[in-house]
Amino acid sequence: MNVDLNLLRYNPEFDSEPHFESYRVEADPMERLLDCLHKVKWELDSSLALRRSCAHGVCGSDAMVVNGVNVLACKVLIKDLKQPITVEPIRGLSVLKDFIVDMEPFFAGYKAVKPWLIVDESEHEPARERIQSQEERDRFDDTTKCILCAACTTACPIFWSDEEYVGPAAIVNAHRFIFDSRDTGGDERLEILSQRDGAYKCRTAFNCTQACPRGIKVTKAIQEVKRVALYRSF
Amino acid sequence: MAQIHEYDAVIVGAGGAGLRAALEAGRRVKTAVVSKLYPTRSHTGAAQGGMCAALANVEEDSWEWHAFDTVKGSDFLADQDAVDIMCKEAVDSVLELERMGLPFNRTPEGKIDQRRFGGHTSNHGEAPVKRACYAADRTGHMILQTLFQQCTKFGVEFYNEFFVLDLLMDDGVCCGIVAYELATGQLHIFHCKSVLFATGGYGKMFKITSNAHTLTGDGPGVVYRAGLPLEDMEFYQFHPTGLYRLGILLSEAARGEGGILRNGDGERFMERYAPTIKDLAPRDMVSRAVFFEIKEGRGAGPDKDCILLDLTEVDPEVIEKKLPDITEFARTYLDVDPVKEGVPIVPTAHYAMGGIPTNVQAEVLADHTGAIVPGFYAAGECACVSVHGANRLGTNSLLDIVVFGRRGGLAMAEYASTNPLPELPGGAEKASEKWIAALCDGESEESTASIRATLQDEMMDKASVVRTEDSLSSVLSTITELRKRYEVCRVKDRSKIFNTELVEHIELGFLLDMAQALVVAARARTESRGGHYREDHQMREDDHWLKHSFITKTADGDTKLSHKDVTMGRYEPVERKY
Repeated sequence: MNVDLNLLRYNPEFDSEPHFESYRVEADPMERLLDCLHKVKWELDSSLALRRSCAHGVCGSDAMVVNGVNVLACKVLIKDLKQPITVEPIRGLSVLKDFIVDMEPFFAGYKAVKPWLIVDESEHEPARERIQSQEERDRFDDTTKCILCAACTTACPIFWSDEEYVGPAAIVNAHRFIFDSRDTGGDERLEILSQRDGAYKCRTAFNCTQACPRGIKVTKAIQEVKRVALYRSF
Repeated sequence: MAQIHEYDAVIVGAGGAGLRAALEAGRRVKTAVVSKLYPTRSHTGAAQGGMCAALANVEEDSWEWHAFDTVKGSDFLADQDAVDIMCKEAVDSVLELERMGLPFNRTPEGKIDQRRFGGHTSNHGEAPVKRACYAADRTGHMILQTLFQQCTKFGVEFYNEFFVLDLLMDDGVCCGIVAYELATGQLHIFHCKSVLFATGGYGKMFKITSNAHTLTGDGPGVVYRAGLPLEDMEFYQFHPTGLYRLGILLSEAARGEGGILRNGDGERFMERYAPTIKDLAPRDMVSRAVFFEIKEGRGAGPDKDCILLDLTEVDPEVIEKKLPDITEFARTYLDVDPVKEGVPIVPTAHYAMGGIPTNVQAEVLADHTGAIVPGFYAAGECACVSVHGANRLGTNSLLDIVVFGRRGGLAMAEYASTNPLPELPGGAEKASEKWIAALCDGESEESTASIRATLQDEMMDKASVVRTEDSLSSVLSTITELRKRYEVCRVKDRSKIFNTELVEHIELGFLLDMAQALVVAARARTESRGGHYREDHQMREDDHWLKHSFITKTADGDTKLSHKDVTMGRYEPVERKY
């Protein structure tokens, strides 16, 4: 079938501002949007710039705004998209070229919440593994799935208007540790997340949950973090 | 003009091996990680099923049994000293990852849970054993995230989206690398005392592959062009269960949890090929079985060109809880629900057993005698220690990256702290500068994409699961043709900012080199062993071929082969039956 694409192009070396360009490629309905973007790049215009790697939704490189919503280009099939397919870069991060945005502020938000296991350093390291029940493990299972693709954060209207907000992905990664029975860093993380740019900025728009390609209940995770921040009970 | 950076240790690649090395080197000497991708985009994250270690948390096990399985799985080509080290250190490596926070699945007692995996047995082949430590079917994702979390904690310095182009040597001693910054098009020289390559595999030379678009053999490509050898390039693993047409991996854990393979007649055909462990036979054997079932007309589907992975008898709760991702892949990409129907699969190009030769300290070998290149290290899929020999067992790649990533990081830090900074050769960036200028000079009708597509088609057709002298000679002449086309091909995009056409073009050059090395070595090896199956030489020939191949590129662009003895140990080669 023919597939019509409207791509928001921008190369700062030549363009004063972003503009749409139209392309038509041949594709099977079961193909991924990423396959069609590759056809544009490989057959029509080699200058098209995008990030991609695994092409099956696990590396998190190719989050884009497709027909108005955040998706991974490798995880959405042509048969499920209304034509012409409009593709734009994710919002709230500055565009460097075509669909490539500056990821540094996103990773700064991630780093700010101390996304690593915090344990009492004075305690003796166990010789074997730490014991954790499967129920305790299941408590934070959902948020371990995050691939840091930024689809949630860049779907958040608060993040668009306030780049100081750490954003949903950072809170998801804080959640992953706050609810891990092995972690003892809850208080220091919650201190950070209780500040002005932390979890309370969330206005529960649910855009993040809809955007997550891994099916993480992002808004729920943020609410859980808000609740423990308030009551400090894990 | 290139920008110059000075470090003690520079690691190229930020997957599991690179990050694990960075954690060691970073806390000892001034370290930088240079990566083509943001670290969490690395393909370690796509690994699914598990990481084997004889923890014996679920049933009796020992590291010697693990070592035996690894050696037997390798078709006796693995170096047994390296295998012993890996299987012994496996236990601590897994426990250490747990202590770093890796969320493993748990046993009822709260210990790390373990499950079955292909080729892993108890008591030297008696029965499948539960040895694979796992986190659902996202074990690689959890390893990558955990290591990245630790690197973030310790403030490891990253140069993300920097593409390695050249290795710098000063009188036989490694002294740095040249890299291309994607965001600006600028060249950077990393002048340092030690370099470790952890750049991953090169599955993109094949049409059907589980590998990411970015896995193009950059590290081994740079090494090969520097006149250094590559080892055992003919051994390339095809994973039997790639999603039909797409090649997306469906973990062996699916069979570990009870899934079975059925041909078009509904027959559980693995009973004929491996009567004892059946569907859990090693990947080379299962891939060949799948290949021949299809070739002999017993394939499934309307075109009889695939096999079905049948999970319908597995408890749906186990499928949803322990295999959630692969279930979703089948649903998303093929519209097939594994709970209700068989999933169409074909063998998919998965893992390079061969690569940059190293010893057990991850030091790169300069030749087949075992001499080293001072200051140069490699680990992970781009390297060949060799712990996988002619066929890697499932889960042993995650183990390899953690064990030898750690060893490499330690060794490079130790070297850097006891050796002076070598001289930087004058005009170190000149070769790279000229190279890029030439690619952007003039015009041609050729396109990177069309050369790459031909390479992928031909390699899949003629150098994959089953090979013959004729098929290999034919693909070799195709590669020669493609190289000529590649030489005249020019990059059309001339921009400096994120010129991804230029990157893809350079990657294709590496792929062509890797394909040439693979095919030349495969044609020379007139026997069948592990992942290298010659229909015209179906037997393993230990008298002639119990040895590693070393291939080097000569100045005129031709190749030269030499050989290195396999390090033997407790296990003498026997016929490989399962």
